[in-house]
Amino acid sequence: MANNREIWEEAFEASPLREVDFSTMSGIPLEPVYGGDNSELPGQFPYTRGPHASMYRSKLWTMRMFAGFGTAVDTNSRFKEIIRTGGDGLSTAFDMPTLLGLDSNDPMSEGEVGRCGVAVDSLADMEDLYADLDLSTITTSMTINSPAAVIFAMFVAQAERRGIHRSQLGGTLQNDILKEYQAQKEFVFPPRQAMRLVRDTIAFTTAQMPKWNSISISGYHIREAGSTAVEELAFTLANGFAYVELGLQSGLKVDEFAPRLSFFFNAHIDFFEEIAKYRAARRIWARWMRDRYGAHDERSMKLRFHTQTAGVSLTAQQPENNIVRTAIEALAGVLGGTQSLHTNSMDEALALPTEKAVRIALRTQQIIAHETNVAHVADPLGGSWYIEALTDEIERQAEAIFAEINEMGSGSMLEGAICGIEENYFQGRIADSAYKLEVEFGKGKRIVVGVNRFLEGNDDDSIDTLEITNADEERQLKRLDHTRQSRNQAQVDEALAKLAREAADPTINLMPSLIDAVSTYATLGEIMSKLGGVFGRHVEVPSI
Amino acid sequence: MAKRVLVAKVGLDGHDRGIKIVARILRDAGYEVIYTGLFQTPDTVAAAAVDEDVDVVGLSMLSGAHMMLAPKVVQKLKDRGVDIPVVVGGIIPKNDIERLKQVGVCEVLTPGANPNEVVAVIERALSRHEVGDLVT
Repeated sequence: MANNREIWEEAFEASPLREVDFSTMSGIPLEPVYGGDNSELPGQFPYTRGPHASMYRSKLWTMRMFAGFGTAVDTNSRFKEIIRTGGDGLSTAFDMPTLLGLDSNDPMSEGEVGRCGVAVDSLADMEDLYADLDLSTITTSMTINSPAAVIFAMFVAQAERRGIHRSQLGGTLQNDILKEYQAQKEFVFPPRQAMRLVRDTIAFTTAQMPKWNSISISGYHIREAGSTAVEELAFTLANGFAYVELGLQSGLKVDEFAPRLSFFFNAHIDFFEEIAKYRAARRIWARWMRDRYGAHDERSMKLRFHTQTAGVSLTAQQPENNIVRTAIEALAGVLGGTQSLHTNSMDEALALPTEKAVRIALRTQQIIAHETNVAHVADPLGGSWYIEALTDEIERQAEAIFAEINEMGSGSMLEGAICGIEENYFQGRIADSAYKLEVEFGKGKRIVVGVNRFLEGNDDDSIDTLEITNADEERQLKRLDHTRQSRNQAQVDEALAKLAREAADPTINLMPSLIDAVSTYATLGEIMSKLGGVFGRHVEVPSI
Repeated sequence: MAKRVLVAKVGLDGHDRGIKIVARILRDAGYEVIYTGLFQTPDTVAAAAVDEDVDVVGLSMLSGAHMMLAPKVVQKLKDRGVDIPVVVGGIIPKNDIERLKQVGVCEVLTPGANPNEVVAVIERALSRHEVGDLVT
């Protein structure tokens, strides 16, 4: 009877390896992983130590830098610059109007166009955004939630117009609406109606886009809103379970869609806690998928995640220090086995990043990948008494939270998530944790260098930052106007009317009609408004 | 009688961690705090400020839209004939602090302010107002 190591070896031998000398700098050859013959190894259930037997020896994490500002042409240039300097995946940041499904000329959009991300009003902008980029080989992530299905329809349409079939497209749609009500607050429609759109995208990509991750189930924003590491983990995985139930309810078998659910975690500044968090996440997901949701395919059980270093840890004071923070946080992500990584720029407590600041952030990843040799050995901290104890404890605390959510949902994690949102369960706990951190900071019990201690240097000259001007908004408005003038209005009206009819029937998958609608150059705002007429709008009850 | 503060998120920025913390800090310091919720317009903020009869209005802005929206809030309050000081907090570049003050914003809170500083800024806004200190 083979022991774990023998089973692992077989899997490892079958894995392609990068052409690298996997030795220390001094020439000591390194094992791909360390651990006893019968201890858990990477690529083995419950995947605490990683989803793949060979981890980074086969393939490094994707260096996926989040980018977006101004107009689509501006962001397209930034995408090309990132790839030119060694980034190997695209990640798209949209502006506030786009995130909320509003056109750039909406009254609420004034002053907001292109400031937090790229402005996208129609297919014309998406065509500019990804121009000249080979989407059959580069994977793309899009951070979009409430209007995800619409933006995704535009993405598919612009690719197919350039001869890239949807089945060739690889990437991820964030599309995680539950965390919007809980943390990021970019909601538009009420929860259940919004979940219908998520269901439609999962069904569509499952059937037609095998390389596409339908959701990036996110903890990053939950953590940025102030949660603890345990809450980040537990709320994220609970939302994940809710999406699994959504998929099952829609008639899909778990192994059909679960392999393409992906995750997105924060890499905050408490180094070891983050590493333990990722390990606990993998272990929990694997067990729940196999035991609660009946998954048989190991790809359904293997949690894969993208990581972003913690924006909230960056300081406006002495911004160069943020390079250090980001490097340490990035290292935690790598030692935790992330599949994809974004590193923040030093100036992001002040503004969207400059090109140079982004380059330093990308170089941070490249230094970790190519100079430190940490990628030579999988789960290098596995077996550390500290890390194993912390992993176990985080898992234990997370399970307690799952039990609460399950209870709220009378045995359904999906119902628990929605009830929890309605009852301020998530939002309240996040606000409490945020306040606790603030009180500790105010009392000096939590030290933030440059902010409440070590202030010398705060008066140094400020660094150059990126400026978004009203000129960007003006250019976008002209573009939008031109698009509206150039299209066939009758086609637009017909497509929108069809959408409204179909939206009213929950059995219909809206993706095909959305692709048709965006192809007429119906705008994002027009489509979202039509859908809003059917779905209604979510209004949050304010609480402190 | 406790001073009343209206804290508001104006515009499309949905980041509410900061405003909720400020609300709790002020509440713990003895203020009565009313939070408008997200996605307010300069109009709805001014209307709420009048309806709730507040002594100071605080805006939380992290999306870069402050130069467009904060002056409008100041104007809408003036249009309603009330003289309520406006404090802005969030991601405000140094160069914009003076520009905001020139259009009638009373105080600006920038990242990293601790709870005592938050309270001090509100107190400063209130006391300058009581002295009848018009912004020059």
